[in-house]
Amino acid sequence: MSNYDPVEVTPLHADEMARMQADALDAIKAARDLDELKQARLAHAGDRSPIALANREIGALPPAARAEAGKRIGAARKAVADALAERQSQLEAERDERVLVEETVDVTLPWDHAPRGARHPLTTLQERIADAFVAMGYEVAEGPELEGEWFNFDALNIAPDHPARSEHDTFFVESVDSGKVLRTQTSPVQIRALLSRELPVYVISPGKVFRTDELDATHTPVFHQVEGLAIDEGLTMAHLKGTLDRFAEVMFGEGITTRFRPNYFPFTEPSAEMDLKCFVCRGASAVPGNPPCRTCKSEGWIEWGGCGMVNPRVLVACGVDPARYSGFAFGMGIERTLMFRHNAEDMRDMVEGDVRFTLPFGMEV
Amino acid sequence: MKVPLSWLREYVDLPAVTAHEVAEKLTAAGLKLEAVTSYGHDVKNVVVGEVLSVEELEGFKKPIRHCQVEVGEAAPRQIVCGATNFAAGDRVPVVLPGGVLPGGFEVGARKTYGRMSEGMICSERELGLGDDHSGIMVLPEGTPIGVDVVELLGLREDVIELEITPDIGYALSIRGVAREAATAFGVAFRDPADVSPPIESGPSYPASIADPTACDRFVLREIHGFDPHAPSPFWLRARLTRAGMRPVSLAVDVTNYVMLELGQPLHAFDATRLTGEIVVRRAQPGEKLETLDHVVRALHPEDVLITDGSGVISMAGTMGGLHTEISDDSTDIVIEAAHFSASGIARMSRRHNLVSEASKRFERGVDRELPLYASWRAVRLLAELGGGTIQPGATHAAIEVEPVRVSMPSGHPGTVAGTHYDRGTVIRRLEQVGCTVEEGSAAPAGELAAKLAVTGDDMLTVTPPSWRPDLTDPNDLAEEVIRLEGYENLPSILPAAPAGAGLTEGQRLRRRVGRALAAAGYVEILAYPFVGERDFDNLQLPEDDARRRAVRLANPLSEDEPLMRTTLLPGLLKTLVRNVGRGFGDVALFETGLVYRPAAGAPERAPVLGVERRPTEEELASIEGALPAQPRRVAVVLAGELQRSGWWGKGRAATWADAVEAARTVAREAGVDLQVRADRHEPWHPGRCAALYAGETLVGHAGELHPRVIEAYGLPPRTCAMELELTRLEAVLPGPAETPPVSAYPVATQDVALIVDAAVPVAEVETALREGAGGLLESIRLFDVYTGAQAGEGRKSLAYTLRFRAADRTLTVEETTAARDAAVALAGERTGARLRGA
Repeated sequence: MSNYDPVEVTPLHADEMARMQADALDAIKAARDLDELKQARLAHAGDRSPIALANREIGALPPAARAEAGKRIGAARKAVADALAERQSQLEAERDERVLVEETVDVTLPWDHAPRGARHPLTTLQERIADAFVAMGYEVAEGPELEGEWFNFDALNIAPDHPARSEHDTFFVESVDSGKVLRTQTSPVQIRALLSRELPVYVISPGKVFRTDELDATHTPVFHQVEGLAIDEGLTMAHLKGTLDRFAEVMFGEGITTRFRPNYFPFTEPSAEMDLKCFVCRGASAVPGNPPCRTCKSEGWIEWGGCGMVNPRVLVACGVDPARYSGFAFGMGIERTLMFRHNAEDMRDMVEGDVRFTLPFGMEV
Repeated sequence: MKVPLSWLREYVDLPAVTAHEVAEKLTAAGLKLEAVTSYGHDVKNVVVGEVLSVEELEGFKKPIRHCQVEVGEAAPRQIVCGATNFAAGDRVPVVLPGGVLPGGFEVGARKTYGRMSEGMICSERELGLGDDHSGIMVLPEGTPIGVDVVELLGLREDVIELEITPDIGYALSIRGVAREAATAFGVAFRDPADVSPPIESGPSYPASIADPTACDRFVLREIHGFDPHAPSPFWLRARLTRAGMRPVSLAVDVTNYVMLELGQPLHAFDATRLTGEIVVRRAQPGEKLETLDHVVRALHPEDVLITDGSGVISMAGTMGGLHTEISDDSTDIVIEAAHFSASGIARMSRRHNLVSEASKRFERGVDRELPLYASWRAVRLLAELGGGTIQPGATHAAIEVEPVRVSMPSGHPGTVAGTHYDRGTVIRRLEQVGCTVEEGSAAPAGELAAKLAVTGDDMLTVTPPSWRPDLTDPNDLAEEVIRLEGYENLPSILPAAPAGAGLTEGQRLRRRVGRALAAAGYVEILAYPFVGERDFDNLQLPEDDARRRAVRLANPLSEDEPLMRTTLLPGLLKTLVRNVGRGFGDVALFETGLVYRPAAGAPERAPVLGVERRPTEEELASIEGALPAQPRRVAVVLAGELQRSGWWGKGRAATWADAVEAARTVAREAGVDLQVRADRHEPWHPGRCAALYAGETLVGHAGELHPRVIEAYGLPPRTCAMELELTRLEAVLPGPAETPPVSAYPVATQDVALIVDAAVPVAEVETALREGAGGLLESIRLFDVYTGAQAGEGRKSLAYTLRFRAADRTLTVEETTAARDAAVALAGERTGARLRGA
């Protein structure tokens, strides 16, 4: 022990320290909100708090007593700081709880102040079909809707007296011998593609076509087709079948293939009618005893379009040598496709532009 | 083509299969099933009875008879009947109580007119045989009593209706369908044309062909002493009815029957009405003919005619003349069977808008070897059923026609199909079609045939049968082999197309524009492109407006809308009205599509070129030059609230500014910065119309519609619209965007308030500020427009925030102030703007 005579420093007495600490902890505990806690912090942990003031007195202690007093003050300060931190986080949590509750809203309120529009399903269906072929390497070809008769008929091997020519209920531009028509099919685009593109040619051409039918549930004078054309060396009907089978799968799912039946189109030879295996019942409804199918009328197959090997006469009219090149063409109606793909029963809905028909289709079909 | 199955079975040994199974096979061969109609399957308990006695009942408004009818039972039946065309001793069809007539009509015993009636005596119509309801059907004498009438009359019938494509005219006959059915089932075919006419020594009624391009075979036979009152037998009328033709008289019915059976149209003349030699020729100027339908037709110089000394007597293969028609007292009949030019008949039929069963067949091709046989079959039937004597001799005028011969390698059908058919199969299939097949090749007949010729190993030369004029090219033969071998047996192979370039920039742009407008609230429509003068009036277009110059259709659907649109707006406006009418007052629509703009002074006619070679560039240009320009446009119309009212407060009505913004939405997708200038352009409000420019190119207009347009279309007030030509926008696509510098230095912001004359367009002020501020300007934004008293009379105050930033340093206050002052100075110089308060 040192011979130094310690002077009594009251605030550093153990009892006194314990009292100050207890006061502080009581005050902290009593703080009811963050403001009161702030006051308690100033009073008991601030520069002028009893413990801080006591700390200043350490220098007055004899050296031997300083360490012990320092230890006591340190312990007290830590206890107060811990209590403050704990109370702080407690009160903050309480405050948050309260405020967030107060800020609660009804999240079920509508917010349709700027409703979205939609694209017409006939447009987006054409795009989807085009995309299926673009993925196979095709390009999208286009042509005019008001077309030369030569492109719409003659070049497609539909001679002026051909019955097929009168079967197309054609809109003629005045006068009747103007040589101009509203195209009755997208096939003239084939001719334009062959005249303007380098061989080989793989193109798909969606577009608007016209026939003089009155509008009813299953007819419209203005409708849409998509037409495909492939001209290359060595193309065969098996390639046509393969292409359409692939297309059917892309559009309607795995295992949905096509069926060909002989038919006649002047611009293809051989020609075929193309049926799609029903993608709903997958053909099952055609078997007697099975439940009926609304999509295919229980036939198991859905008539979809026409196709065939491009008639070599068409190639000749376009200056393509049929001895070297062959190819196929196919086409289908977009309205019809929309009808069976989406159970649209009345063509008038596609024509009238009622927003209730179009809005559910959104941006893609 | 309606094919009664019993008729078909006469010429082909079909196995015991249902009509549907027959139809399925025919469909697979290319004769597509339209419908199967069954007759008489529900009929039962109809037997032959003999009328024993007839008692006329008195006191009723119409004659009523009470008959005793012997039906082969223990006792006669008593039956009440309202018909009077029979007598005691006649054999008649009787439906007994419990019996069923066509349509499921059940007959019982009941009391009527005060007597019991145990069944019913039937008319032809009641038995489901045509329209005859004038009296009951009296059966031939000696018809056995008590036998089943269904069996006796062949009431049970299935009729297959087939869709016949225009290339196979031969299938518009029982003969043609039977041949296909025989091949499909692999059974024997008996040719109904195999009627062995006698070798005739001399001609019948005199005739000649004056125009060999109109007709290459003309046959006449004559029958004298025919009984014009002889009725058509029941079986004949039943067959015609089932095949869809109405029985008329024996002579007419026979010609129709032979046509349906063989496919050869026939015409019957009253021999006593003919004068002098019959000549087949084209029409002479001014000639007319009153046809069977009592229409007097002015003939065209290319019409194919049958004439005699008196002039025109028939439009060949289309419709006969009234004067030489056989009538109720014709006893001497001349039967004509000919082979006319398919295109000649097609054109005539179209010119006169006159389609007959005969013209339909000639257009599609008739077997040129048939006339001698078909005419013989017809006169024999006439003689058999109507008495009379077939006159010796047959007139036979003919032009020699070189048969078509087509050469191809035996492997060609396999090459086309993408599979292999062995040589024997190819030959067998072609022979089944009726072709003659020889080894070796024949020289192509003509330049086009040479271009279509296919060469290779093992050449075959094929002569198609006379009934297949459609088989002219190697691919036609390939199709016959492939279809008979079965389309269902084709392999499925996906070809490897060369890598494509994807969508063009224009195609991509169109999709983006559609999505952007839809995302902005617009709903796409696809209106018909037909408009009328009235639309141009409604749009208030001036008389000399280029949009009034429209393509006119020769045969519009509606006389009110004979023109092709030159603007997308009429369709959009009418659709908007429709939506409003259906209760959707807040509506925003858009359409993307072509407009048709004929160039002033463009040629009227687009030439129709030949097809034997590729046209020259000049020839193609001559077509293009006659077509109108067909640019693609996009347009929007909008009315009501674009932003809806709701619990959040009031919405915002669509205004001219939204229409202009729609244009900017479109232009943004193109990467084009749209310049807007005030304009006056119908159909827009003259004070609320913006002209839209891409650089110096005018691309469209937007704004609020003229009040008169709104009134004319019945639109909601303040309806707005925008129309923009995408084709012009596509022409100025800027290409890939340049990467902008992204500076991390701080921004310096300066606000300015400028006073300008109220008439100064904001766009000009902004352009001047932008240019004046120079390269340090990062962005400029108009945040207030004020027109109150403090701005001064006739002036407005524009408040802008200018943000400056440098790429390489923090800007000083002096730098940004200098830039701002330069901006204000240029705006002042160009637009008279001065700083507010200065």
